[in-house]
Amino acid sequence: MTFNGYRLMKTSSTFLAPALCGILLALPAAASGKTRKPADDAKLFQKKLPKDEQILHALDRLTFGPRPGDIERVKRIGLKKWLDQQLHPDRLAENPVLEAQLQALESLRMTPMEAVQHYPSQQMIRAIANGKQPMPDDLLLRASVERLITRYKVKQAEAAGLAAPPPDANAELEPVRALDEVLAPGELETIRTGNAERKHELLESMPQERIEDMLIAMNPKQRTQLFGAAPSPIRREIMLLNSPQQVVAYDLLDSKMLRAVESTRQLAEELDDFWFNHFNVFYEKGSDRFLIPQYEREAIRPHVLGQFRDLLEATAKSPAMLFFLDNFESVRPDIDANDKKRKVKRGLNENYGRELMELHTLGVNGGYTQKDVTEVARCFTGWGIQEPRKGGGFFYNDKLHDKGEKIVLGHVIAAGGGIDDGEQVLDILARHPSTAHFISKELAQHFVADNPPESLVNRMAQTFRSTNGSIREVMKTMLNSKEFWSEGAYRAKLKSPFEMVASSARALDAHVIDGWALANQVGTLGEPLYRKLEPTGYSNLSSEWVNSAALLGRMNFALQLAQNHVESVKVDVSRFGDDPSAVAKMLMFRAMSPQTRAAIDKALEDKKQKNPAMVAALVIGSPDFQKR
Amino acid sequence: MNRRVFLKGSALAMFGVGFMPAWLSRSCYAADSSSGGRKKILVAIFQRGAVDGLNMVVPFGEPGYYALRPSIAIPKPDGTPNSAVDLDGFFGLHPALAPLKPMYDAQHLAIVDAVGSPDPTRSHFDAQDYMESGTPGYKGATDGWLNRALPVQSGPASPLRAVSLGDSLARTLRGHNDAVAVRSLNDFQVHDARGAATFESMYENSLDTMLHGTGKETFNAVKIMQSIQKQAYVPANGANYPNGGFGKSLQQIAQLIKANVGVEVAFADIGGWDTHVNETGGQPSTGQLANNLAQFGQALAAFYQDLGDRMEDVTLVTMSEFGRTVKENGDRGTDHGHANVMFVLGGDVRGGKIYGDWPGLQEEQLYDGRDLALTTDFRDVLGELVARHLGNSNLKSVFPGYESPKFRGLLV
Repeated sequence: MTFNGYRLMKTSSTFLAPALCGILLALPAAASGKTRKPADDAKLFQKKLPKDEQILHALDRLTFGPRPGDIERVKRIGLKKWLDQQLHPDRLAENPVLEAQLQALESLRMTPMEAVQHYPSQQMIRAIANGKQPMPDDLLLRASVERLITRYKVKQAEAAGLAAPPPDANAELEPVRALDEVLAPGELETIRTGNAERKHELLESMPQERIEDMLIAMNPKQRTQLFGAAPSPIRREIMLLNSPQQVVAYDLLDSKMLRAVESTRQLAEELDDFWFNHFNVFYEKGSDRFLIPQYEREAIRPHVLGQFRDLLEATAKSPAMLFFLDNFESVRPDIDANDKKRKVKRGLNENYGRELMELHTLGVNGGYTQKDVTEVARCFTGWGIQEPRKGGGFFYNDKLHDKGEKIVLGHVIAAGGGIDDGEQVLDILARHPSTAHFISKELAQHFVADNPPESLVNRMAQTFRSTNGSIREVMKTMLNSKEFWSEGAYRAKLKSPFEMVASSARALDAHVIDGWALANQVGTLGEPLYRKLEPTGYSNLSSEWVNSAALLGRMNFALQLAQNHVESVKVDVSRFGDDPSAVAKMLMFRAMSPQTRAAIDKALEDKKQKNPAMVAALVIGSPDFQKR
Repeated sequence: MNRRVFLKGSALAMFGVGFMPAWLSRSCYAADSSSGGRKKILVAIFQRGAVDGLNMVVPFGEPGYYALRPSIAIPKPDGTPNSAVDLDGFFGLHPALAPLKPMYDAQHLAIVDAVGSPDPTRSHFDAQDYMESGTPGYKGATDGWLNRALPVQSGPASPLRAVSLGDSLARTLRGHNDAVAVRSLNDFQVHDARGAATFESMYENSLDTMLHGTGKETFNAVKIMQSIQKQAYVPANGANYPNGGFGKSLQQIAQLIKANVGVEVAFADIGGWDTHVNETGGQPSTGQLANNLAQFGQALAAFYQDLGDRMEDVTLVTMSEFGRTVKENGDRGTDHGHANVMFVLGGDVRGGKIYGDWPGLQEEQLYDGRDLALTTDFRDVLGELVARHLGNSNLKSVFPGYESPKFRGLLV
């Protein structure tokens, strides 16, 4: 039919449209690949990987991808010893370069109370404006807060219906000193019209004090224009002046990316990502903006290979989780029953009770009922936060606690209890066989395959039960299994966007000056870090990440990164040359598939593409590199 | 025939892949349409997180509503912006949804109440999964109802037949028929023409079962998309989409529909409905629910306005995984409930009416003693749209296990 169309088209334009239609419509008909069933998995999980591939497999699965030299390093110390090191990250020296970079990210080490004072929210600005909180001492922060207070007052005046804001109010928004008082004419010229490189040079050459004077003298727009060219300490200062709360988000993203790329404790970082998603909290929800650094630092990171029960309690008592799942507002149902003055009666909130069982422990089919949800919620009444908007810590308020008897999953929790009601629930849930199975399955899905063999999951669950939920021991059972080291597991997973971006930087041995831009790329590929709204967190399953928008995003990221177009990341591709096989070996540490090879060979017939950056981009964007 | 070879020798290559005049693309996908030369289009919207349907479409004529929601009920219509917008003397819209009233009055918007999934789960994840697969209570389905709803195509189909707006391919669009996820129409390309050709060849020939199919669909769609990317889009009839992801999604669906590139089903979602706290009924203009509803209502209104006469071909339906408790909770919010409300909007909709049997809110009328009872299965609504709007009468395969949905007569 189509050849007729082609011929007709030549002779008569009337037929042009239908002919082309036939052609266009014919395109997708050939697509049938996805109906193909995966090979017989059960057999593949019994087939052992050759020794050479074992090291590569371990690096694929237990790290954010191999860096140049990693394979040799593991060979040298032996795979067994390397695994043991990764399972005991506290015995492993951390990369000093990373530690120095993290040192600059102050908000990571702050208590929520310090964070909310250093990086004030709108509420805090109001409190300072109304004299309820003191002005900060820090020079930059003070300038920032003063400006935000003025803006707040102008808005207040407008809202109060004053026809025009006081004449000097807008003037106050302007800096006290003009920019040309701070900068020499040549410097001013560079700041206004120079390219990023020249701006960067200038900033590097200026003493700290003058930079601060300049930033304070600038208006917010001028500072924003400087952001891209600024080294990371100056970026933080720009944010501090323009929108202080952003610093916390910036530090979180920067550190998450830096650790994934540079930490020696790779398995611990993979597990940090795993457990953060398992106990997900959402950065954009109110106070969680300043509670998350403490949450990740104190509730998640210390326990990634520890006892599950400790991890569970640390999250249950964390202000970040209490806030995210509303438990801090859940109180005994009868509390205001007789209080006639209270128009709005407080009461029970089921949100945490439900997600605790569905997502954190038993799993949705773990054998609980709606009645259990309500009973668990009653047990946690009174578990709250001391001054939730000001960064206070966990606080149990007995007056808000439901003292009645509760029955949770058949266990009677006697009347008259206190904070121990909730702790008992955590005991019951952490010991429950459904929890052992649910956690083991999730770990196996993350580290082995989307559909892990049930026999493996059962053995891991058995270890979970016999060790009172030792995550390290469960991981060991998995790492000692034949299923983990099998053909069925080898390259069976698709990298998540986070893994894809981090592994690209690692493979290219990129110099990451600042992880913020890379983290934004992770967001573009569909996994904005710290910003998963649903309590489920991001999926452990590969299928979640296979779609058109994300695939195009991966190819575009590969092109940008290899051609040095990702901000604050420097890649040296000169060592690659333009032999695609050699480049693939240097980036993937194995040969590429014949299909990828053929496509790249074809591309290199065009001399313009025969350059190392392009070849590297094509390898990183290839289907081969997306797998782990 | 090898598609690639074919493509090279085709007329398309003569024009260059990127060049496809608007008239051509228009006539292309219209060619084999059954009704008036254009295909019918179904747009499905998911409100993720379980919207509080009782504050979305307010049963102000029901005394139980005010008794059980002392601090979050929306006041009865009194003409002020802080009260419900009267629809029929018993139900009214949340004031933030006022932009939908003209569509209701024009009889293009129908509302189905006490509707939802018969499965009792109160898990967001499971309930969304069931509603998207179209198989409540059954977890074995790997594909979604909206993918299965596509009518069987005798000839080849457009690569943009099924489009999912957002970062991932929605569960409901996964399945046998090609479907693409689009985050942004303008960004739907590889930003390097030579690199693009090489990547295309890699993914097309890849033996990887996970990536081959999607890679291929992606590049087919990229080619069609190039014709759209050339012109800046200006919504018609003064339509003004609200800021935010959902407005952008609907605008891009409208853009695709108007570009006549063969879209038959589209999906978009909007989150943030899990209002366990602070629904603030007395001041319905503030709070998370009101803000979200405002965005939702404005986006639907803009979509309707933008498409204008083209709404003839389009039906849009909204859904959410379950409703919320009738009684407010201790934090002026609501917990997870059961039945909810759905909107159906379109040129062939018999609108200006509220469908479904109202079960009442007296204690003995509630599901589990706490939730709005269900009187319409969501598959009754979707089934009617699939069969009578899309023209796919094989509902047995669209909703397996639910073979004869009871149509409510939503369509003209």
